Amino acid sequence: MRSDRSTSAPLGLKIAAAAGLAFLHIPILLIFLYAFTTEEKSYQFPPPGLTLHWFAVTWNRPDVWEALMLSVKVASVATAVALVLGTLCAAAVSQTRFFGRETISLLVILPIALPGIITGIALRSAFSLADIPFSFWTIVLGHATFCIVVVYNNAVARFRRVSGSLIEASMDLGADGFQTFRHIILPNIGTALLAGGMLAFALSFDEVIVTTFTGGQQATLPIWMLEELIRPRQRPVTNVVAMVVVLVTFLPILAAYYLTRDGDQIAGGGK
Amino acid sequence: MTAAVTQPIAAQSILPSRPGLGGRLSDFLWKNPHVLLLVLLGPPVLWLGIIYVGSLLALLVQSFFSIDDFSGLINYEFTFATYRQLLADANLDIIVRTVTMAAVVTVFSAVIAFPIAYYAARYAKGKWKAIFYLGIMLPLWSSYLVKIYAWKLILAKEGIITWAFAKLHLLWLLDAWLALPVIGGNSLSVSYTGTFIVFVYVWMPFMILPIQAALERVHGNLIEASSDLGGTPAQTFRHVLFPLALPGIVAGSIFTFSLTLGDYIIPQIIGSSRLFIGQAVYAQQGTAGNIPLAAAFTVVPIVIMGLYLWAAKRMGAFDAL
Repeated sequence: MRSDRSTSAPLGLKIAAAAGLAFLHIPILLIFLYAFTTEEKSYQFPPPGLTLHWFAVTWNRPDVWEALMLSVKVASVATAVALVLGTLCAAAVSQTRFFGRETISLLVILPIALPGIITGIALRSAFSLADIPFSFWTIVLGHATFCIVVVYNNAVARFRRVSGSLIEASMDLGADGFQTFRHIILPNIGTALLAGGMLAFALSFDEVIVTTFTGGQQATLPIWMLEELIRPRQRPVTNVVAMVVVLVTFLPILAAYYLTRDGDQIAGGGK
Repeated sequence: MTAAVTQPIAAQSILPSRPGLGGRLSDFLWKNPHVLLLVLLGPPVLWLGIIYVGSLLALLVQSFFSIDDFSGLINYEFTFATYRQLLADANLDIIVRTVTMAAVVTVFSAVIAFPIAYYAARYAKGKWKAIFYLGIMLPLWSSYLVKIYAWKLILAKEGIITWAFAKLHLLWLLDAWLALPVIGGNSLSVSYTGTFIVFVYVWMPFMILPIQAALERVHGNLIEASSDLGGTPAQTFRHVLFPLALPGIVAGSIFTFSLTLGDYIIPQIIGSSRLFIGQAVYAQQGTAGNIPLAAAFTVVPIVIMGLYLWAAKRMGAFDAL
Protein backbone atom coordinates (compact mmCIF):
# COMPACT_ATOMS: atom_id res chain seq x y z
CA MET A 1 0.00 0.00 0.00
CA ARG A 2 1.21 3.44 -0.85
CA SER A 3 0.68 6.15 1.64
CA ASP A 4 1.24 9.14 -0.57
CA ARG A 5 -0.25 11.85 1.53
CA SER A 6 -0.10 15.13 -0.26
CA THR A 7 2.51 16.74 1.92
CA SER A 8 3.82 20.15 1.08
CA ALA A 9 7.49 20.69 0.45
CA PRO A 10 9.85 21.93 3.17
CA LEU A 11 10.50 25.66 2.93
CA GLY A 12 14.22 25.24 2.23
CA LEU A 13 13.50 23.00 -0.76
CA LYS A 14 10.94 25.45 -2.13
CA ILE A 15 13.42 28.31 -1.90
CA ALA A 16 16.25 26.30 -3.47
CA ALA A 17 14.05 25.11 -6.34
CA ALA A 18 12.66 28.60 -6.96
CA ALA A 19 16.13 30.13 -6.85
CA GLY A 20 17.40 27.51 -9.30
CA LEU A 21 14.59 28.23 -11.76
CA ALA A 22 15.13 31.97 -11.37
CA PHE A 23 18.82 31.46 -12.17
CA LEU A 24 17.76 29.70 -15.38
CA HIS A 25 15.26 32.30 -16.52
CA ILE A 26 16.48 35.75 -15.45
CA PRO A 27 19.31 35.94 -18.03
CA ILE A 28 16.85 35.17 -20.83
CA LEU A 29 14.42 37.79 -19.57
CA LEU A 30 17.25 40.33 -19.53
CA ILE A 31 17.75 39.71 -23.27
CA PHE A 32 14.19 40.92 -23.78
CA LEU A 33 14.86 44.06 -21.74
CA TYR A 34 18.10 44.90 -23.56
CA ALA A 35 16.43 44.64 -26.98
CA PHE A 36 14.64 47.90 -26.11
CA THR A 37 17.54 49.83 -24.59
CA THR A 38 18.61 53.21 -25.94
CA GLU A 39 22.21 52.68 -24.84
CA GLU A 40 24.47 51.89 -27.80
CA LYS A 41 28.01 51.61 -26.57
CA SER A 42 27.93 49.57 -23.39
CA TYR A 43 25.81 47.07 -21.49
CA GLN A 44 24.65 49.63 -18.93
CA PHE A 45 22.08 48.46 -16.39
CA PRO A 46 19.45 49.72 -15.81
CA PRO A 47 18.94 50.89 -19.41
CA PRO A 48 18.82 54.68 -19.56
CA GLY A 49 15.74 54.59 -21.80
CA LEU A 50 13.57 52.32 -23.90
CA THR A 51 13.00 52.51 -27.64
CA LEU A 52 11.68 50.50 -30.60
CA HIS A 53 14.16 52.17 -32.95
CA TRP A 54 16.52 49.18 -33.16
CA PHE A 55 13.82 46.83 -34.39
CA ALA A 56 13.46 48.99 -37.50
CA VAL A 57 17.24 49.16 -37.96
CA THR A 58 17.53 45.39 -37.67
CA TRP A 59 14.66 44.87 -40.10
CA ASN A 60 16.58 46.84 -42.74
CA ARG A 61 19.87 45.01 -42.33
CA PRO A 62 20.52 42.74 -45.35
CA ASP A 63 23.28 40.76 -43.59
CA VAL A 64 20.86 39.70 -40.85
CA TRP A 65 18.29 38.57 -43.43
CA GLU A 66 20.89 36.65 -45.42
CA ALA A 67 22.12 34.85 -42.32
CA LEU A 68 18.56 34.08 -41.26
CA MET A 69 17.61 32.69 -44.68
CA LEU A 70 20.72 30.50 -44.81
CA SER A 71 19.96 29.16 -41.33
CA VAL A 72 16.37 28.37 -42.26
CA LYS A 73 17.42 26.63 -45.49
CA VAL A 74 20.13 24.58 -43.80
CA ALA A 75 17.84 23.60 -40.94
CA SER A 76 15.04 22.58 -43.34
CA VAL A 77 17.21 20.36 -45.51
CA ALA A 78 19.09 18.88 -42.53
CA THR A 79 15.76 18.14 -40.80
CA ALA A 80 14.41 16.42 -43.92
CA VAL A 81 17.49 14.21 -44.19
CA ALA A 82 17.44 13.46 -40.46
CA LEU A 83 13.72 12.58 -40.61
CA VAL A 84 14.27 9.96 -43.32
CA LEU A 85 17.42 8.44 -41.85
CA GLY A 86 16.26 8.61 -38.23
CA THR A 87 12.92 6.95 -38.99
CA LEU A 88 14.52 4.18 -41.05
CA CYS A 89 16.98 3.48 -38.28
CA ALA A 90 14.28 3.55 -35.58
CA ALA A 91 12.09 1.17 -37.59
CA ALA A 92 14.94 -1.28 -38.04
CA VAL A 93 15.99 -1.19 -34.38
CA SER A 94 12.52 -1.43 -32.87
CA GLN A 95 10.76 -3.77 -35.31
CA THR A 96 13.44 -6.38 -35.84
CA ARG A 97 16.10 -8.13 -33.86
CA PHE A 98 19.53 -8.49 -35.34
CA PHE A 99 23.12 -8.82 -34.38
CA GLY A 100 24.68 -5.48 -33.50
CA ARG A 101 21.55 -3.55 -32.50
CA GLU A 102 23.35 -1.96 -29.55
CA THR A 103 26.12 -0.81 -31.86
CA ILE A 104 23.59 0.94 -34.08
CA SER A 105 22.17 2.88 -31.11
CA LEU A 106 25.70 3.87 -30.12
CA LEU A 107 26.49 4.94 -33.68
CA VAL A 108 23.44 7.21 -33.76
CA ILE A 109 24.14 8.78 -30.37
CA LEU A 110 27.89 9.26 -30.87
CA PRO A 111 27.74 12.52 -32.88
CA ILE A 112 25.97 14.22 -29.98
CA ALA A 113 27.79 12.42 -27.15
CA LEU A 114 31.22 13.53 -28.28
CA PRO A 115 31.98 17.25 -27.97
CA GLY A 116 30.91 19.26 -31.04
CA ILE A 117 34.43 20.42 -31.70
CA ILE A 118 35.48 16.82 -32.41
CA THR A 119 32.68 16.32 -34.93
CA GLY A 120 33.54 19.67 -36.47
CA ILE A 121 37.26 19.20 -36.84
CA ALA A 122 36.83 15.60 -38.04
CA LEU A 123 34.48 16.73 -40.81
CA ARG A 124 36.70 19.64 -41.73
CA SER A 125 39.81 17.54 -42.07
CA ALA A 126 37.85 14.94 -44.05
CA PHE A 127 36.61 17.65 -46.43
CA SER A 128 40.13 18.92 -46.93
CA LEU A 129 41.49 15.39 -47.45
CA ALA A 130 38.81 14.71 -50.04
CA ASP A 131 39.19 18.17 -51.63
CA ILE A 132 35.54 19.06 -51.07
CA PRO A 133 35.08 22.86 -51.11
CA PHE A 134 32.89 24.44 -48.42
CA SER A 135 29.33 24.95 -49.58
CA PHE A 136 25.73 24.93 -48.42
CA TRP A 137 25.88 21.13 -48.59
CA THR A 138 28.90 20.77 -46.32
CA ILE A 139 26.95 22.61 -43.60
CA VAL A 140 23.91 20.39 -44.19
CA LEU A 141 26.08 17.27 -44.06
CA GLY A 142 27.32 18.14 -40.58
CA HIS A 143 23.94 19.24 -39.25
CA ALA A 144 22.03 16.21 -40.52
CA THR A 145 24.56 13.92 -38.84
CA PHE A 146 23.80 15.11 -35.33
CA CYS A 147 20.09 15.75 -35.98
CA ILE A 148 19.45 12.06 -36.72
CA VAL A 149 19.59 11.26 -33.02
CA VAL A 150 16.65 13.46 -31.97
CA VAL A 151 14.37 12.05 -34.66
CA TYR A 152 15.59 8.55 -33.82
CA ASN A 153 14.91 8.96 -30.08
CA ASN A 154 11.37 10.19 -30.63
CA ALA A 155 10.57 7.57 -33.27
CA VAL A 156 11.98 4.67 -31.24
CA ALA A 157 9.93 5.68 -28.20
CA ARG A 158 6.77 5.77 -30.31
CA PHE A 159 7.49 2.55 -32.22
CA ARG A 160 7.69 0.78 -28.87
CA ARG A 161 4.08 1.76 -28.19
CA VAL A 162 2.74 0.74 -31.61
CA SER A 163 1.49 -2.75 -30.95
CA GLY A 164 2.82 -5.42 -33.26
CA SER A 165 -0.64 -6.98 -33.45
CA LEU A 166 -1.96 -3.89 -35.25
CA ILE A 167 0.54 -4.42 -38.03
CA GLU A 168 -0.21 -8.14 -38.18
CA ALA A 169 -3.95 -7.45 -38.30
CA SER A 170 -3.45 -5.09 -41.22
CA MET A 171 -1.42 -7.72 -43.06
CA ASP A 172 -4.00 -10.44 -42.26
CA LEU A 173 -6.72 -8.24 -43.73
CA GLY A 174 -4.85 -8.20 -47.00
CA ALA A 175 -2.91 -4.93 -46.92
CA ASP A 176 0.53 -5.06 -48.43
CA GLY A 177 3.59 -3.65 -46.71
CA PHE A 178 3.24 -0.20 -48.24
CA GLN A 179 -0.46 0.05 -47.41
CA THR A 180 0.28 -0.98 -43.83
CA PHE A 181 2.94 1.69 -43.61
CA ARG A 182 0.66 4.33 -45.13
CA HIS A 183 -2.50 3.57 -43.14
CA ILE A 184 -1.32 1.99 -39.89
CA ILE A 185 2.27 2.87 -39.05
CA LEU A 186 2.42 6.46 -40.31
CA PRO A 187 -0.69 7.72 -38.44
CA ASN A 188 0.66 6.12 -35.27
CA ILE A 189 4.14 7.60 -35.43
CA GLY A 190 3.18 10.86 -37.18
CA THR A 191 3.15 13.16 -34.16
CA ALA A 192 6.39 11.69 -32.85
CA LEU A 193 8.05 12.38 -36.20
CA LEU A 194 6.66 15.91 -36.24
CA ALA A 195 8.02 16.51 -32.74
CA GLY A 196 11.38 14.97 -33.63
CA GLY A 197 11.51 17.09 -36.77
CA MET A 198 10.84 20.28 -34.84
CA LEU A 199 13.54 19.50 -32.30
CA ALA A 200 15.96 18.66 -35.11
CA PHE A 201 15.10 22.00 -36.72
CA ALA A 202 15.71 23.84 -33.45
CA LEU A 203 18.99 21.99 -32.92
CA SER A 204 20.25 22.80 -36.42
CA PHE A 205 18.99 26.39 -36.32
CA ASP A 206 21.03 26.99 -33.16
CA GLU A 207 24.16 25.01 -33.97
CA VAL A 208 27.39 26.97 -34.05
CA ILE A 209 30.38 24.80 -33.17
CA VAL A 210 30.20 22.31 -36.04
CA THR A 211 29.20 25.09 -38.43
CA THR A 212 32.35 27.11 -37.73
CA PHE A 213 34.29 24.17 -39.15
CA THR A 214 32.07 23.23 -42.09
CA GLY A 215 30.75 26.61 -43.20
CA GLY A 216 33.79 28.33 -44.67
CA GLN A 217 32.90 31.97 -45.35
CA GLN A 218 29.13 31.49 -45.15
CA ALA A 219 27.34 32.93 -42.13
CA THR A 220 24.35 31.21 -40.61
CA LEU A 221 22.53 33.23 -37.96
CA PRO A 222 24.52 31.71 -35.05
CA ILE A 223 27.77 32.37 -36.92
CA TRP A 224 26.65 35.96 -37.44
CA MET A 225 25.99 36.22 -33.68
CA LEU A 226 29.35 34.70 -32.84
CA GLU A 227 31.06 37.30 -35.05
CA GLU A 228 29.17 40.03 -33.22
CA LEU A 229 30.17 38.59 -29.87
CA ILE A 230 33.86 38.49 -30.76
CA ARG A 231 33.98 41.76 -32.73
CA PRO A 232 30.90 43.82 -31.82
CA ARG A 233 29.81 46.22 -34.54
CA GLN A 234 26.34 47.40 -33.58
CA ARG A 235 25.35 46.07 -30.19
CA PRO A 236 21.67 47.10 -30.26
CA VAL A 237 21.15 45.08 -33.46
CA THR A 238 22.68 42.05 -31.76
CA ASN A 239 20.29 42.57 -28.83
CA VAL A 240 17.27 42.53 -31.13
CA VAL A 241 18.49 39.48 -33.06
CA ALA A 242 19.12 37.64 -29.77
CA MET A 243 15.55 38.31 -28.66
CA VAL A 244 14.11 37.13 -31.97
CA VAL A 245 16.21 33.95 -31.84
CA VAL A 246 14.88 33.17 -28.35
CA LEU A 247 11.30 33.58 -29.55
CA VAL A 248 11.88 31.54 -32.71
CA THR A 249 13.36 28.60 -30.79
CA PHE A 250 10.63 28.62 -28.14
CA LEU A 251 7.87 27.90 -30.64
CA PRO A 252 9.07 24.49 -31.93
CA ILE A 253 9.90 23.42 -28.37
CA LEU A 254 6.41 24.26 -27.12
CA ALA A 255 4.85 22.57 -30.16
CA ALA A 256 6.98 19.44 -29.70
CA TYR A 257 5.97 19.33 -26.03
CA TYR A 258 2.25 19.47 -26.80
CA LEU A 259 2.59 16.86 -29.55
CA THR A 260 4.24 14.27 -27.32
CA ARG A 261 3.10 15.05 -23.78
CA ASP A 262 0.93 11.92 -23.53
CA GLY A 263 3.85 9.76 -24.61
CA ASP A 264 5.99 7.64 -22.37
CA GLN A 265 9.00 9.65 -23.37
CA ILE A 266 8.71 13.33 -23.95
CA ALA A 267 10.49 14.94 -26.81
CA GLY A 268 13.70 16.75 -26.11
CA GLY A 269 14.53 14.80 -22.98
CA GLY A 270 17.66 13.58 -24.67
CA LYS A 271 19.07 16.63 -26.36
CA MET B 1 -4.37 -38.31 -41.60
CA THR B 2 -3.89 -34.85 -40.10
CA ALA B 3 -1.73 -33.92 -43.05
CA ALA B 4 -4.52 -34.82 -45.41
CA VAL B 5 -6.97 -32.58 -43.54
CA THR B 6 -4.72 -29.55 -43.21
CA GLN B 7 -3.52 -29.59 -46.79
CA PRO B 8 -6.63 -28.14 -48.45
CA ILE B 9 -6.87 -25.46 -45.75
CA ALA B 10 -3.25 -24.54 -46.28
CA ALA B 11 -3.85 -24.37 -50.01
CA GLN B 12 -6.77 -21.99 -49.47
CA SER B 13 -4.93 -19.73 -47.13
CA ILE B 14 -2.10 -19.11 -49.55
CA LEU B 15 -3.25 -16.15 -51.56
CA PRO B 16 -2.18 -15.52 -55.12
CA SER B 17 0.68 -13.11 -55.52
CA ARG B 18 -0.21 -9.46 -55.55
CA PRO B 19 -0.38 -7.81 -58.92
CA GLY B 20 1.69 -4.82 -59.90
CA LEU B 21 5.23 -3.77 -59.16
CA GLY B 22 4.45 -2.40 -55.69
CA GLY B 23 2.63 -5.57 -54.75
CA ARG B 24 5.42 -7.82 -55.92
CA LEU B 25 7.98 -5.72 -54.09
CA SER B 26 5.90 -5.85 -50.91
CA ASP B 27 5.63 -9.67 -51.17
CA PHE B 28 9.32 -9.97 -51.82
CA LEU B 29 10.22 -7.90 -48.76
CA TRP B 30 7.79 -9.87 -46.61
CA LYS B 31 9.35 -13.17 -47.67
CA ASN B 32 12.89 -11.83 -47.28
CA PRO B 33 13.00 -9.92 -44.01
CA HIS B 34 16.78 -9.67 -44.29
CA VAL B 35 16.44 -7.59 -47.42
CA LEU B 36 13.91 -5.38 -45.65
CA LEU B 37 16.33 -4.91 -42.76
CA LEU B 38 19.06 -4.03 -45.22
CA VAL B 39 16.83 -1.47 -46.93
CA LEU B 40 15.93 0.09 -43.57
CA LEU B 41 19.38 0.11 -42.05
CA GLY B 42 21.46 0.74 -45.15
CA PRO B 43 20.99 4.50 -45.62
CA PRO B 44 21.47 5.60 -41.98
CA VAL B 45 24.38 3.25 -41.37
CA LEU B 46 26.10 4.29 -44.58
CA TRP B 47 25.58 7.97 -43.75
CA LEU B 48 26.86 7.73 -40.18
CA GLY B 49 29.51 5.15 -40.99
CA ILE B 50 31.04 6.95 -43.95
CA ILE B 51 30.54 10.59 -43.10
CA TYR B 52 30.88 10.49 -39.34
CA VAL B 53 32.95 7.50 -38.30
CA GLY B 54 35.04 7.79 -41.46
CA SER B 55 36.00 11.40 -40.71
CA LEU B 56 36.60 10.57 -37.08
CA LEU B 57 39.00 7.76 -37.94
CA ALA B 58 40.75 9.92 -40.54
CA LEU B 59 41.26 12.52 -37.83
CA LEU B 60 42.61 10.02 -35.32
CA VAL B 61 45.04 8.62 -37.88
CA GLN B 62 46.42 12.10 -38.41
CA SER B 63 47.38 12.33 -34.75
CA PHE B 64 50.08 9.77 -35.52
CA PHE B 65 51.62 12.03 -38.14
CA SER B 66 53.80 14.95 -37.24
CA ILE B 67 54.45 18.43 -38.50
CA ASP B 68 57.76 19.52 -39.93
CA ASP B 69 59.01 22.41 -37.81
CA PHE B 70 60.71 24.19 -40.69
CA SER B 71 58.38 23.82 -43.64
CA GLY B 72 55.16 23.63 -41.59
CA LEU B 73 54.02 20.72 -43.77
CA ILE B 74 52.59 17.50 -42.45
CA ASN B 75 55.03 14.60 -42.43
CA TYR B 76 53.01 11.48 -43.30
CA GLU B 77 55.02 8.95 -41.32
CA PHE B 78 53.85 6.99 -38.31
CA THR B 79 55.28 8.56 -35.18
CA PHE B 80 54.48 9.24 -31.54
CA ALA B 81 56.22 12.62 -31.72
CA THR B 82 52.93 14.51 -31.69
CA TYR B 83 51.83 12.73 -28.54
CA ARG B 84 55.16 13.58 -26.89
CA GLN B 85 54.46 17.19 -27.84
CA LEU B 86 50.99 16.86 -26.31
CA LEU B 87 52.56 15.91 -22.98
CA ALA B 88 54.71 19.05 -22.88
CA ASP B 89 54.18 21.17 -19.76
CA ALA B 90 52.22 23.94 -21.45
CA ASN B 91 49.80 21.47 -23.03
CA LEU B 92 49.44 19.44 -19.84
CA ASP B 93 48.48 22.68 -18.08
CA ILE B 94 45.67 23.14 -20.59
CA ILE B 95 44.43 19.60 -20.04
CA VAL B 96 44.55 19.85 -16.24
CA ARG B 97 42.84 23.25 -16.30
CA THR B 98 40.03 21.96 -18.51
CA VAL B 99 39.44 18.77 -16.54
CA THR B 100 39.42 20.73 -13.25
CA MET B 101 36.91 23.19 -14.65
CA ALA B 102 34.73 20.36 -15.97
CA ALA B 103 34.78 18.64 -12.56
CA VAL B 104 33.92 21.80 -10.59
CA VAL B 105 31.18 22.72 -13.06
CA THR B 106 29.74 19.22 -12.73
CA VAL B 107 29.66 19.35 -8.90
CA PHE B 108 28.01 22.78 -8.80
CA SER B 109 25.52 21.81 -11.50
CA ALA B 110 24.48 18.81 -9.42
CA VAL B 111 24.05 20.97 -6.30
CA ILE B 112 21.86 23.51 -8.11
CA ALA B 113 19.95 20.93 -10.15
CA PHE B 114 19.08 18.60 -7.27
CA PRO B 115 16.46 20.77 -5.49
CA ILE B 116 14.75 21.61 -8.78
CA ALA B 117 14.67 17.94 -9.80
CA TYR B 118 13.51 16.80 -6.36
CA TYR B 119 10.72 19.34 -6.19
CA ALA B 120 9.59 18.51 -9.74
CA ALA B 121 9.67 14.76 -9.05
CA ARG B 122 8.04 14.66 -5.63
CA TYR B 123 5.92 17.73 -5.01
CA ALA B 124 4.92 19.22 -8.38
CA LYS B 125 1.54 17.87 -9.49
CA GLY B 126 -0.70 18.45 -12.50
CA LYS B 127 -0.34 21.95 -13.87
CA TRP B 128 2.77 22.65 -11.80
CA LYS B 129 4.45 19.57 -13.19
CA ALA B 130 3.96 20.92 -16.73
CA ILE B 131 5.21 24.36 -15.68
CA PHE B 132 8.32 22.83 -14.13
CA TYR B 133 8.91 20.72 -17.20
CA LEU B 134 8.68 23.65 -19.60
CA GLY B 135 10.62 25.78 -17.11
CA ILE B 136 13.50 23.36 -17.51
CA MET B 137 13.10 22.65 -21.23
CA LEU B 138 12.91 26.23 -22.48
CA PRO B 139 16.27 27.34 -21.06
CA LEU B 140 17.77 23.99 -22.05
CA TRP B 141 16.79 24.47 -25.69
CA SER B 142 17.32 28.23 -25.88
CA SER B 143 20.03 29.34 -28.21
CA TYR B 144 23.47 28.59 -26.83
CA LEU B 145 24.95 31.85 -28.13
CA VAL B 146 22.07 33.94 -26.84
CA LYS B 147 22.64 32.45 -23.39
CA ILE B 148 26.32 33.37 -23.55
CA TYR B 149 25.40 36.82 -24.82
CA ALA B 150 22.99 37.29 -21.92
CA TRP B 151 25.83 36.61 -19.51
CA LYS B 152 28.06 39.05 -21.31
CA LEU B 153 25.41 41.67 -20.54
CA ILE B 154 25.16 40.53 -16.94
CA LEU B 155 28.85 40.21 -16.13
CA ALA B 156 30.02 43.37 -17.90
CA LYS B 157 31.57 46.03 -15.69
CA GLU B 158 28.57 48.35 -16.14
CA GLY B 159 26.09 45.44 -16.06
CA ILE B 160 23.47 44.25 -13.63
CA ILE B 161 25.79 42.47 -11.17
CA THR B 162 27.91 45.52 -10.52
CA TRP B 163 24.70 47.55 -10.24
CA ALA B 164 23.21 45.13 -7.72
CA PHE B 165 26.38 45.06 -5.61
CA ALA B 166 26.51 48.86 -5.68
CA LYS B 167 22.88 49.14 -4.55
CA LEU B 168 23.62 46.76 -1.68
CA HIS B 169 26.78 48.71 -0.79
CA LEU B 170 28.79 45.54 -1.32
CA LEU B 171 31.12 46.70 -4.11
CA TRP B 172 34.10 46.12 -1.80
CA LEU B 173 33.15 42.43 -1.71
CA LEU B 174 33.07 42.16 -5.51
CA ASP B 175 36.40 43.99 -5.76
CA ALA B 176 37.95 41.74 -3.14
CA TRP B 177 36.79 38.69 -5.09
CA LEU B 178 38.19 40.04 -8.36
CA ALA B 179 41.49 40.80 -6.64
CA LEU B 180 41.96 37.11 -5.84
CA PRO B 181 44.67 35.40 -7.88
CA VAL B 182 43.68 32.88 -10.61
CA ILE B 183 39.90 33.18 -10.24
CA GLY B 184 39.85 37.00 -10.28
CA GLY B 185 40.49 39.49 -13.06
CA ASN B 186 39.74 42.99 -14.28
CA SER B 187 36.02 42.35 -14.37
CA LEU B 188 33.83 39.28 -14.03
CA SER B 189 33.56 38.92 -17.80
CA VAL B 190 37.30 38.36 -18.18
CA SER B 191 37.83 36.09 -15.17
CA TYR B 192 37.65 32.35 -14.51
CA THR B 193 34.75 33.07 -12.17
CA GLY B 194 32.81 34.38 -15.15
CA THR B 195 33.73 31.38 -17.31
CA PHE B 196 32.65 29.09 -14.50
CA ILE B 197 29.28 30.80 -13.97
CA VAL B 198 28.46 30.64 -17.69
CA PHE B 199 29.49 26.99 -17.94
CA VAL B 200 27.22 26.11 -15.01
CA TYR B 201 24.38 28.14 -16.48
CA VAL B 202 24.61 26.64 -19.95
CA TRP B 203 25.09 22.98 -18.99
CA MET B 204 23.18 22.70 -15.69
CA PRO B 205 19.76 22.05 -17.31
CA PHE B 206 21.19 18.82 -18.74
CA MET B 207 21.67 17.64 -15.16
CA ILE B 208 18.08 18.23 -14.01
CA LEU B 209 16.23 15.76 -16.23
CA PRO B 210 18.27 12.61 -15.40
CA ILE B 211 18.17 13.39 -11.65
CA GLN B 212 14.43 13.95 -11.90
CA ALA B 213 14.02 10.64 -13.75
CA ALA B 214 15.95 8.84 -10.99
CA LEU B 215 13.99 10.54 -8.20
CA GLU B 216 10.61 9.79 -9.84
CA ARG B 217 11.34 6.15 -9.12
CA VAL B 218 11.98 6.72 -5.40
CA HIS B 219 8.87 5.74 -3.49
CA GLY B 220 7.57 8.34 -1.04
CA ASN B 221 7.22 5.50 1.47
CA LEU B 222 10.98 5.16 1.67
CA ILE B 223 11.38 8.75 2.81
CA GLU B 224 8.60 8.34 5.38
CA ALA B 225 9.98 5.03 6.60
CA SER B 226 13.32 6.71 7.14
CA SER B 227 11.83 9.47 9.27
CA ASP B 228 9.60 6.98 11.11
CA LEU B 229 12.75 5.14 12.06
CA GLY B 230 14.13 8.33 13.54
CA GLY B 231 16.17 9.67 10.66
CA THR B 232 16.61 13.42 10.56
CA PRO B 233 16.09 15.06 7.14
CA ALA B 234 19.88 15.26 6.75
CA GLN B 235 20.26 11.56 7.55
CA THR B 236 17.43 10.66 5.19
CA PHE B 237 19.12 12.59 2.43
CA ARG B 238 22.52 11.08 3.17
CA HIS B 239 21.43 7.44 3.48
CA VAL B 240 18.27 7.12 1.39
CA LEU B 241 17.72 9.87 -1.14
CA PHE B 242 21.27 10.50 -2.30
CA PRO B 243 22.25 6.86 -2.99
CA LEU B 244 19.03 6.35 -4.95
CA ALA B 245 19.56 9.55 -6.95
CA LEU B 246 23.22 8.81 -7.66
CA PRO B 247 22.71 7.00 -10.99
CA GLY B 248 20.76 10.05 -12.19
CA ILE B 249 23.49 12.40 -11.03
CA VAL B 250 26.12 10.32 -12.80
CA ALA B 251 24.02 10.25 -15.97
CA GLY B 252 23.64 14.03 -15.85
CA SER B 253 27.33 14.49 -15.14
CA ILE B 254 28.12 12.75 -18.44
CA PHE B 255 26.57 15.73 -20.22
CA THR B 256 27.97 18.50 -18.03
CA PHE B 257 31.44 16.96 -18.02
CA SER B 258 31.62 16.15 -21.73
CA LEU B 259 30.14 19.45 -22.85
CA THR B 260 32.50 21.49 -20.66
CA LEU B 261 35.46 19.44 -21.83
CA GLY B 262 34.92 20.21 -25.50
CA ASP B 263 33.65 23.78 -25.37
CA TYR B 264 35.76 26.52 -26.89
CA ILE B 265 33.31 29.35 -27.38
CA ILE B 266 32.43 30.15 -23.76
CA PRO B 267 36.04 30.56 -22.55
CA GLN B 268 36.81 32.57 -25.69
CA ILE B 269 34.04 35.08 -25.10
CA ILE B 270 33.91 35.15 -21.32
CA GLY B 271 37.17 34.36 -19.63
CA SER B 272 40.84 35.07 -19.29
CA SER B 273 43.37 34.46 -22.04
CA ARG B 274 44.46 31.07 -20.68
CA LEU B 275 43.37 28.28 -23.01
CA PHE B 276 41.06 25.32 -22.58
CA ILE B 277 41.28 22.08 -24.61
CA GLY B 278 38.67 23.21 -27.11
CA GLN B 279 40.46 26.50 -27.74
CA ALA B 280 43.77 24.68 -28.11
CA VAL B 281 42.25 22.38 -30.77
CA TYR B 282 40.76 25.36 -32.56
CA ALA B 283 44.02 27.32 -32.49
CA GLN B 284 46.14 24.35 -33.58
CA GLN B 285 44.01 23.51 -36.59
CA GLY B 286 43.34 27.12 -37.56
CA THR B 287 46.09 29.67 -37.11
CA ALA B 288 48.88 27.21 -36.33
CA GLY B 289 47.85 24.78 -39.08
CA ASN B 290 49.09 21.89 -36.95
CA ILE B 291 46.40 19.31 -37.68
CA PRO B 292 48.32 16.40 -36.09
CA LEU B 293 48.55 18.19 -32.72
CA ALA B 294 44.92 19.31 -32.96
CA ALA B 295 43.96 15.69 -33.62
CA ALA B 296 46.05 14.51 -30.67
CA PHE B 297 44.29 17.09 -28.48
CA THR B 298 40.88 15.74 -29.49
CA VAL B 299 41.99 12.29 -28.36
CA VAL B 300 42.15 13.61 -24.77
CA PRO B 301 38.40 14.25 -24.36
CA ILE B 302 37.61 11.05 -26.27
CA VAL B 303 39.74 8.98 -23.88
CA ILE B 304 38.46 10.78 -20.77
CA MET B 305 34.85 10.38 -21.88
CA GLY B 306 35.47 6.72 -22.77
CA LEU B 307 36.69 6.03 -19.24
CA TYR B 308 33.89 8.11 -17.78
CA LEU B 309 31.21 6.28 -19.77
CA TRP B 310 32.69 2.94 -18.80
CA ALA B 311 32.61 3.86 -15.10
CA ALA B 312 29.10 5.31 -15.45
CA LYS B 313 27.87 2.15 -17.11
CA ARG B 314 29.20 0.09 -14.21
CA MET B 315 27.27 2.32 -11.81
CA GLY B 316 24.05 1.72 -13.74
CA ALA B 317 23.75 5.33 -14.85
CA PHE B 318 22.39 4.44 -18.29
CA ASP B 319 19.11 3.21 -16.84
CA ALA B 320 18.48 6.74 -15.62
CA LEU B 321 18.93 8.36 -19.02
